[in-house]
Amino acid sequence: MLHEFDSVIVGGGGAGLYAALEASRTANTAVISKLYPMRSHTGAAQGGIGAALGNVDTDDPVWHAFDTVKGGDYLVDQTAAKILAEGAVQAVYDLENRGLPFSRTPEGRIAQRRFGGHTRNFGEAAVKRSCYAADRTGHMILQTLYQQCIRNKVEFYDEFHVVDVILEGHRCAGVVAFELATGEFHVFRAKATLFATGGFGRMYRVTSNAHANTGDGPAVLARAGVPLEDMEFYQFHPTGIRGMGILITEGVRGEGGVLKNRHGERFMERYAPTLLDLAPRDMVSRAIMTEISEGRGARGDRRIDDYVYLDATHLGRETVETKIPDIQDFCKTYLALDPAEQPMPVQPTAHYGMGGIPTDVDGRVESSTEVYEGLYAAGECACVSVHGANRLGTNSLVDLIVFGRRAGQHIAEYVRGTDMPVISESAADGARKRIARLRERTGKGEFPGPLYEKMQEVMMSDVGVYRDAESMRRAVDRLRELRTRLGDVAVQDEGQRFNAEILGILELENLLDLSLVTAATGLHRTESRGAHSRRDFPERSDDEWLKHSLAWMTGDQIELGEKGVDVSIWQPKPRTY
Amino acid sequence: MNVKLEILRQNPDIAEAPHRVTYDVEVDQTDRVLDGLIQVTQNVDGSLGFRKSCAHGICGSDAMRINGKERLACRTLFRDVVETDGDVVSLEPLAHLPVQKDLMVDQEPFFEKFRSVKPYLIPKTQPEAGQEFLQSEEERELFDEATKCINCAACYSACPILDKNPDFIGPAAIVQAVRFTRDSRDQGLEARLDELDDPNGLWPCESKFECTRVCPREIKITKLINLTKRQVKKYREERGEEPNDR
Ligand SMILES: Cc1cc2nc3c(=O)[nH]c(=O)nc-3n(C[C@H](O)[C@H](O)[C@H](O)COP(=O)(O)OP(=O)(O)OC[C@H]3O[C@@H](n4cnc5c(N)ncnc54)[C@H](O)[C@@H]3O)c2cc1C
Ligand code: SF4
Ligand code: FES
Repeated sequence: MLHEFDSVIVGGGGAGLYAALEASRTANTAVISKLYPMRSHTGAAQGGIGAALGNVDTDDPVWHAFDTVKGGDYLVDQTAAKILAEGAVQAVYDLENRGLPFSRTPEGRIAQRRFGGHTRNFGEAAVKRSCYAADRTGHMILQTLYQQCIRNKVEFYDEFHVVDVILEGHRCAGVVAFELATGEFHVFRAKATLFATGGFGRMYRVTSNAHANTGDGPAVLARAGVPLEDMEFYQFHPTGIRGMGILITEGVRGEGGVLKNRHGERFMERYAPTLLDLAPRDMVSRAIMTEISEGRGARGDRRIDDYVYLDATHLGRETVETKIPDIQDFCKTYLALDPAEQPMPVQPTAHYGMGGIPTDVDGRVESSTEVYEGLYAAGECACVSVHGANRLGTNSLVDLIVFGRRAGQHIAEYVRGTDMPVISESAADGARKRIARLRERTGKGEFPGPLYEKMQEVMMSDVGVYRDAESMRRAVDRLRELRTRLGDVAVQDEGQRFNAEILGILELENLLDLSLVTAATGLHRTESRGAHSRRDFPERSDDEWLKHSLAWMTGDQIELGEKGVDVSIWQPKPRTY
Repeated sequence: MNVKLEILRQNPDIAEAPHRVTYDVEVDQTDRVLDGLIQVTQNVDGSLGFRKSCAHGICGSDAMRINGKERLACRTLFRDVVETDGDVVSLEPLAHLPVQKDLMVDQEPFFEKFRSVKPYLIPKTQPEAGQEFLQSEEERELFDEATKCINCAACYSACPILDKNPDFIGPAAIVQAVRFTRDSRDQGLEARLDELDDPNGLWPCESKFECTRVCPREIKITKLINLTKRQVKKYREERGEEPNDR
């Protein structure tokens, strides 16, 4: 079936919905989402959204921008960081005005709390900048934006899975989607297409990410020839529930929670004497892995699945129940433990992709030399880049809102002066053939399960918190092998109706492709910066590596390029806290 | 341990009656029921239909009836529902919504009722430009509970009223309305009176507490419904009107 819209938004998370709200003011807009929008993983965000409102502590957007740049180990594009920090303030007020139920200060203003790496006056001390709604900030953002979309009658195609992009040279003409309910293909022809498909943490075995976070947008675009930026930078959040990866928000440490090793020692004193437990995530994750590898993890066996403790018992029951109620609930459900009484067993969990689809500050997709016309990206799948080599907590939600909104506004303008692109009859053929091939082998091949598990193990052990040439080379080889084996996977289900199996295999393919790009770009970058920590190259090297990476993918071959970093405001300095 | 997942399967495209199929899975006590289902599709039978996403109880995708009770498969650990090796866990789709395939139900009728209560802020006043609305901590607390809803439809399936009156808007839609009627920034009850004070709005509820019992977010749904009933009665009384309850 063929549909025509001025603009098509792929993804109904925070970024997609905000863009849709803005674009739909002038453009006839559809949101296509493989999940019901309110099931999107934005709803999982707990801690808060950073904005220098100054409701509790004196604050300034310039400090926020600086923290973002420093937190990102100077791989952040600085003008973009300034836009992020300045835009954050108005964006938070907009959300509040649209109904977002922020927690409140005694004066009735939006409440704010501390979060890792956010400081006063260029690093002097921690500042209360994270605007929060208990520990359900993301849920409230998603709800608020979805409510507004209902109010504004935005058109939704729910449980439509985008499987391909239609690119004619550097002009985007829409997407091809697979309808879960019927197995039917739909071609969406549009003047402007925005990808907001979220993260890809499912590359790793221990992750805070939803099953749906399979990086479909970046993978689809990469296969269509669009380069991906900075994919070697993948963030491990220091505190996931041991084994399961479920996130324990940094807000727990923001409220005063403390990390401890098996001897009960507050080990962050040795790694980040000023910010302690609230140092940026890459540093805290490394500190935990170092404690573990030196035998001070909870079990003390030095294995990568050992863990440490996050202690919130001294905060008192009331703080736990009012400030982090959902965390208490997760601990009770999954660990049979009450954080008001017992410390929580935690380990780093794969959390956030700093890299992704390269865009400018209006969401337009661009490589080092050219802009793709009519093609946009926003949210976690995009790389503006405001997170550089390591994202600060609360900055992703800001990113969604500020750049989702800017992209939507740009689209609203753009479609007015543009004609509907022409598409060929065969636009959906590629996708159709791929799925037909899967169906042909119904019942005659491997199950995807073992490949999925293997990929996650490889990524976890070889491209994790610490990596080196040997481990990443091994990972590249194994991932190529898995990609080949994916050709032998077959579906069991012959039906058209709700054939989630087909989509599961396509998602695995996307994850494998992004894993391969991550390992290959990591291997290439011979330095340590932010979340990319190499045992064999432990130092940051600005002379050689103060640049973004770009990766083009053809089959299982990755071609690498680079792009300059905007350092027009602050000169790179060593990063201490 | 070995657990038998006994799943009520059906596919409207294939003319066969709903039937139970049992799958053996190897799991730990602390694994989620959802992990068991994933094991089945990834390694045994890819055609099994169910929804999933977040895997920790915040997206609302995987409500189903587990051993006869509405629960989220990702928030239910095997230790919550089985005792020893070889035990059976029965899994059925939610009630009151048409089955699409196996454990997947059509949520559209549920969402339609959700949309009908105007689940968005209808502000009383305009805030000053570049400022938030002021709201005290106490005012914020008044509707906190209702903000927790994840639209999982567990309550909708458990509600005995919907057995006899499918047009009842159901517990979740009322929770969503209350989320706004109790928000000091919103025009409140008045803006949603037509939907709530209706023979299929608040009034069919007979306080059976089944919704409250199953809500994975532990929202005291029945209490919120009763509070709102009282609020409507008072509103009508003050105007010398009768509630529109039949
Ligand atoms: C547990 C957790 C806690 C977090 N806490 C915070 C926090 O406190 N503060 C903060 O700033 N950040 C936080 N983050 C990060 C932040 O929440 C995410 O980065 C952000 O929400 C991503 O939003 P998004 O709109 O880009 O994507 P998502 O919300 O993931 O939405 C992606 C959308 O794309 C759709 N989609 C995907 N693929 C396809 C396809 N092929 N076809 C059609 N549709 C598709 C999905 O259906 C979905 O609607 C947290 C992340 C996690 C995992
Ligand atoms: S009220 Fe509770 S049970 Fe009902 S939809 Fe909301 S979260 Fe689910
Ligand atoms: S998978 Fe999200 S609630 Fe269970």
